[in-house]
Amino acid sequence: MNFSAASRRRPLDLRSMLPVISLFAVLVPMAIVQPNTVSYFGGVMLLNLGIPIVFATLAQLSVITANELDLSIGSFVSLVACIGGTLLQSSPWLGWGALAGCVLVYALVGALIEYRRISSVVVTLGLSFVWNGIAVLLLPAPGGQAPEWLASLMSFHMPVVPAPLVWTAAIALCTHLFFMRSALGVSLRGVGGNAGAMHRFGWSIIRSKAVLFGCAGLFGVCSGLTLLGLTTSADANIALRYTLLSVAGVILGGGEFTGGRVSPVGAVLGAITLTLASSFLSFLQVAPEWQIGLQGAILIAVLSLRLVFRLKERRQ
Amino acid sequence: MKSILAIRELRRAVWLWSFIGAVLVGVVAGVVFGVGTAGNMLSTASAFVVFTVLVGLGQMLVITSGPGNIDLSIPATIALAGSIGMRVMATSNHAILSGIGAVVATGVAIGLFNYVLIRLLRIPPIIATLSSSFVLQSLAISLGRGGAAPPPALENFALSRIGGVSGLAFVGVALTLLVAMVLFRLVQGRSLSAVGQNARAAELAGVKVGAVRCLTYVSCSVLAALAALLLAAFSGGATLDMGADYMLLSVAVVVIGGTQVAGGRASPTGVWSAACFLFLINALLNATGAGAGLRAIVYGLLIVGVTAIASGASDARA
Repeated sequence: MNFSAASRRRPLDLRSMLPVISLFAVLVPMAIVQPNTVSYFGGVMLLNLGIPIVFATLAQLSVITANELDLSIGSFVSLVACIGGTLLQSSPWLGWGALAGCVLVYALVGALIEYRRISSVVVTLGLSFVWNGIAVLLLPAPGGQAPEWLASLMSFHMPVVPAPLVWTAAIALCTHLFFMRSALGVSLRGVGGNAGAMHRFGWSIIRSKAVLFGCAGLFGVCSGLTLLGLTTSADANIALRYTLLSVAGVILGGGEFTGGRVSPVGAVLGAITLTLASSFLSFLQVAPEWQIGLQGAILIAVLSLRLVFRLKERRQ
Repeated sequence: MKSILAIRELRRAVWLWSFIGAVLVGVVAGVVFGVGTAGNMLSTASAFVVFTVLVGLGQMLVITSGPGNIDLSIPATIALAGSIGMRVMATSNHAILSGIGAVVATGVAIGLFNYVLIRLLRIPPIIATLSSSFVLQSLAISLGRGGAAPPPALENFALSRIGGVSGLAFVGVALTLLVAMVLFRLVQGRSLSAVGQNARAAELAGVKVGAVRCLTYVSCSVLAALAALLLAAFSGGATLDMGADYMLLSVAVVVIGGTQVAGGRASPTGVWSAACFLFLINALLNATGAGAGLRAIVYGLLIVGVTAIASGASDARA
């Protein structure tokens, strides 16, 4: 409706370029202030931090595809890190079972939200406390130990190209193929776009939302495990800020809150931009207390920019 | 005819369930710990519940204004308003009035800021209040260093007891009556319910939807700011994380109290009974030696469970 045939044929409209533009808007000044940024080791260090955030953003993207919002992803990632640091280390079978159970709960919650037609915001807000409570029970004080293989996976070095760059590109490609190219992905986005039409077409909306929330759970597990691999120890509150970061990453990457309009590649770029932005703020020696406020301000700025583009698009 | 009226009356009493819950938990507490301890517990509740009620009333107004409306900036508002209030009063009894003024002004400013974000940038309220809360948090951190103690008169009032009931409870009741009167008797309040039920229909009926929503967000922030002032006075000074618990609590008392999550139907009585219910559950859990982890799980499951049961499938989506 608001995207006419003309705007779709244009290969490079401003809105789809926004993630790339914002990435360079952070990267270029960063490279000027700290030239090591674009070196091999600079890339490894900065991008490594970004991998868990990329996964968390993709989790949020899956939920936003279903026209819902997940306020529990931050505490879920923390819980996964706690499970990984305790159960997965001491008794791997139990650990993997617990993680699989978490993903299943996520999928069930998605089905419940659609079945009872309840607000995902309220449900996930409640759920965030359940995750946090379990994490506190598992790990009352910061600690735990990452499994060997996880730590070595995250510190894996590749010749010439930084390994995290390859990981991120691979993640972006896989999710792009799944959401944008596969038949299942297209139908899942269709559920976000027009659930009524998909229902009349014979798709189960409940099942689709369960699949999307299940994907979010899977990405959340990946996020928690990669985070644990980086930090090697866990904490029940380790990733609470991921809730904001993941929403911001999806928005920065050109996703819409409604209508199933999402872009996995954009979201990955958005997540990396946010990671770089927080490193950049520390390079500039911005006081820590202002960093979180600046991230909020960045989110507001991006949303304003998007509004400008949207108005321009409508005028054309 | 009479029975139909009775049924309708009962259907309207959405707060009844949380009230029954609160009474049941109260009775259990009385049986387990003896009447004396349970009485002390209720006396303590009359102070602690007030903070929850005030933020709950604010959240109730916002949620009532329609699907998708929620204020996530409440904890940050509490942190900021508390530290500004304590700073303005600077432990002086003479500055209490200007302190209250500053706190209310902070609330108004935050509410307006939230509404401007929602309206001008056309962002969903969740995202708008989430991003504004991060900006507010930074402000609170940089302002709140070396937080001052409350003025002695204010602290004495917050800790006062009249016949076992905390002085704060009277403030809470007064504010609740005010909110209830506006909500059920005045045009502004009726407009709010109308907007929450169907914004388009309300607009066609001549309701100024924008003004109503703006007032709603402002009232929510002002109530949260007042809660911050009382909380800081009660606990001997403002701390940055004193609002952290109130994000979940504000939503919990609204949902459990029977306010429709999809908007259009509010229940101030429900906020009170749900707040009592949660406080008593919390006290029971504490008494049985359960830690913070278990408490969080119980609260979370209560919210999810009540939401799933209470919101019928026929209701509008939130």
